[in-house]
Amino acid sequence: MAAHSAVLSASKIINPFWVGRLGNTAKVFGTTLISHRNKTSLTGENIPPPAKYGGRHTVTLIPGDGIGPELLNHVREVFRFTCVPVDFEVVNVNSALETDDDMNNAITAIRRNGVALKGNIETKHTLPASVKSRNNVLRTSLDLYANVMHCQSLPGVQTRHKNIDIMIIRENTEGEYSSLEHESVSGVVESLKIITRNNSLRIADYAFKLARERGRRRVTAVHKANIMKLGDGLFLQCCREVASGYPEITFDSMIVDNTTMQLVSKPQQFDVMVMPNLYGNVVSNVCAGLVGGPGLVPGANYGHVYAVFETATRNTGKSIAEKNIANPTAMLLASCLMLDHLKLNDYASVIRNAVLTTMNETRLHTADLGGQGTTLEVVQSVMRVIQSKGQFTAEL
Amino acid sequence: GKKLICVLFFSQLSRVVGAAKNETPQSRTFIRGIQTVTLIPGDGIGPEISNAVMKIFEAAKAPIRWEERNVTAIRGPGGKWMIPPDAKESMDKNKIGLKGPLKTPIAAGHPSMNLLLRKTFDLYANVRPCVSIEGYQTPYTDVNLVTIRENTEGEYSGIEHVIVDGVVQSIKLITEQASKRIAEYAFEYARNNQRASVTAVHKANIMRMSDGLFLRKCREAAEKYKDVKFTEMYLDTVCLNMVQDPTQFDVLVMPNLYGDILSDLCAGLIGGLGVTPSGNIGANGVAIFESVHGTAPDIAGKDLANPTALLLSAVMMLRHMGLHGHAKKIETACFDTIRDRKVLTKDLGGNSKCSEFTEAICQRMKDMD
Repeated sequence: MAAHSAVLSASKIINPFWVGRLGNTAKVFGTTLISHRNKTSLTGENIPPPAKYGGRHTVTLIPGDGIGPELLNHVREVFRFTCVPVDFEVVNVNSALETDDDMNNAITAIRRNGVALKGNIETKHTLPASVKSRNNVLRTSLDLYANVMHCQSLPGVQTRHKNIDIMIIRENTEGEYSSLEHESVSGVVESLKIITRNNSLRIADYAFKLARERGRRRVTAVHKANIMKLGDGLFLQCCREVASGYPEITFDSMIVDNTTMQLVSKPQQFDVMVMPNLYGNVVSNVCAGLVGGPGLVPGANYGHVYAVFETATRNTGKSIAEKNIANPTAMLLASCLMLDHLKLNDYASVIRNAVLTTMNETRLHTADLGGQGTTLEVVQSVMRVIQSKGQFTAEL
Repeated sequence: GKKLICVLFFSQLSRVVGAAKNETPQSRTFIRGIQTVTLIPGDGIGPEISNAVMKIFEAAKAPIRWEERNVTAIRGPGGKWMIPPDAKESMDKNKIGLKGPLKTPIAAGHPSMNLLLRKTFDLYANVRPCVSIEGYQTPYTDVNLVTIRENTEGEYSGIEHVIVDGVVQSIKLITEQASKRIAEYAFEYARNNQRASVTAVHKANIMRMSDGLFLRKCREAAEKYKDVKFTEMYLDTVCLNMVQDPTQFDVLVMPNLYGDILSDLCAGLIGGLGVTPSGNIGANGVAIFESVHGTAPDIAGKDLANPTALLLSAVMMLRHMGLHGHAKKIETACFDTIRDRKVLTKDLGGNSKCSEFTEAICQRMKDMD
C-alpha cells in the first residue's frame, strides 16, 4: 500500500497536467496491490470455493445477450441430466443503458460464489465513453488477470491447418483495455495503454507455471517492443526475468505482426504464448479461427480468488440468436472447465467426452462447421452419449 | 452584353488554367510521354531486385525513366536527422517513387529510414493489395482484398512515459484530421479501383473515444461515396473471419496498429512478404511504392533474390499513374511465369537464379507482342 500512496503523492509533485491521468492510473495500479493481500495460489493449487449446503456448489450464471441465454440453458439441461451437484444463481445483466445496479449485483454474486459461467454482454459502442464495456468492468473489478485459451485441432473438424495445439495466456486487466481516454483538444483523442511491472510479472509467472504443470516445452512472448519501447519493452523484460527461473522451458519472443503471419502459414510451431491484452485479442481470435471457429473453443478467466468461464472469442452472436443454429460446443466445454475448477473432475470428463464424441465420431455438426445439425440435436446427442456410458442420469 | 461575354470568357479561361494547374500524373504522361520515377534501390538484395525490375520494364517498353537516388540518413543543420537533399528534391519533382528494402542499423543514433521517409513526405496511407498467386500454393485460395492503414498516428505515436517506477503509459493518438483523410482516401481508392465495399476495422467497444472518432469519420466519408458499400467490424471478428474465409473481405480501412497486424496477416495468407506489394500515399500527390520484405543480407549479391514483391509494387505504381495497359502486361507475365513453375527462385519452391527468373518474364512479354 506504500506504493499506492507514493503514486498519489508523486502526482502532487509532478506537473498538474498529469494529475488527472495519474489518479486514474493509480486506480488501475491500486487493484493489483490489494489483490496481492489475498494471494492464495495459482493454477493447480486453486482452492475451490467451499461446497455449500448438501455438498452442492453454487455458481453464478450470467446469461448475457445474443446466443448466451439459449446456450446456457442447454448447459443447465445437460447438468440436470447428468445430476451434476451444481446450482446456478442467475443474474441478468441488461445491455441497455441503465444504472450499474445489475452489474454490481453480478459482481457481488460472483464474489459470494467464487465462480461464474457467463455469456457475452453486448456493448453498444454508440453510447458515450463513460459507459464502459460491462465485460471489461467485470474482469477488472474481480481482477481476473489471466485469460487462458487452449486451441486444439479436433479430428472431426475440417480445417486448413492440422495438428494445432496452442495455449494462449493473455493479460486480462490492463494494457489497451484500461479505458482511460480523453479529448485534450477538440478533434484530438488520446487513449492510454498502461503496462505495469506487477501485472506483467504476474501474467508471465502464470504462463510459466501453467507451462510447467502441463509439461509444455516452449513459451513465446508476443509484443511490439520495437515500436512501443517502454511499454512492451517492460512486458518483455518481465517475461525474461520470470523465464530465468524456469530453465527447462525455452523462452523466445516474436513481434505481433510476424506472429500473425506465422500463425496463418505454420501454426504448428507455437506451443504456449503469453501477451498483453490487445495482442491477446487478435492472436486468440486468429487461433480460434484456425481450429474451426468461435463455436468450438472455451475460455477461462482466472484471478487469484475468482474464476469466470465463457467462450474464448466472447461473441454475442446477435445474428444467430434464438434460431437454434448456434454451436453449443464452446459453452459446454467452458462448463467442463468450470467443473474441473470446482474439482468435480469426473463429471467434467463425462460431459467433455460426450461433447467430443458428438463432434468427432458421430460428426453431428452445426451450420458454422458446415453441417446441418441444430443446437438442440447436438445437445440431445451429447446427453444420449452420456447415458450410454452408464452414467447415472435423470430422464432424457 | 459586353460584361456577360467578359464574365463568360474569364470563367472559361480560369477553368482551362485551373485544369492545367491540377495536372494529374496521367495528363503529365500524356503531355511528355515518358514519366520520370525516383528509384531507391535500397540495401542488401535491393540493388539486384531493382535491376531486375528495370530490365523487365525495359522489355515491356514502359514509358518510365528511372532516377536513382540513395537515402542514407544525414545530419542536417540544427542537428536534425534527414534524408539527403538530392533525394528529397527528386521525389518532390517526380512525385512517384519506387523503393527497395532499407536496413536500419541498430544504435546508429538515427530513427529508422522508413520512419524518416514517412515523416518527410507525410505518407499517411499504407495500401497493400493481397491477391492469391496461382502457382504459389498457400492454404488459402481466392484471396482478393486490400488493406488501407493509417500510417502517421495511432498507437505508433511514439509517446511513452514512465509514470512511476514499474508503471508505463503509452499514448495512442487519434485525430479527426488524420482519420478523415484516411477514410476519404479509402473510399476514393475503392471507387478508382472498382472495389465494391469498404470495411472499417475498430475496437470501439473498448476504446470508445479514440476508435469511436475514427469510426465517425469513416461514416461521414461513407455518406459522400454512396456508390461504395460501407460496413464496420470489430478487429477480433475480422481476425476470426479472415482465417476462416478471407473471400468475404474487400477493402479494409483501419488505424495504425490494427493495420500493421492485419496487413501482415493478409500477406501471410497469400504467401508472405516476398510476394506482397505495398504502396504509401502521401500529401501533395507523392506516392512511394515499396517491397516490404527485409534486406536479406545472407543472400545479397548472390543472384538468388526474388524480385516479385518489388515488381508487383512497381505494377501497383503503374496503375496509380494510369498506365493500366503496361501494368496488366507485366503482371500477367509475372503470374504466368510463377504459375508455370518452371523457372522459380528458391523461396517460391524452385532453384533458379534471380536473373533467370527475370529473363523468363522478359521473354514472356516479348512473346506477347
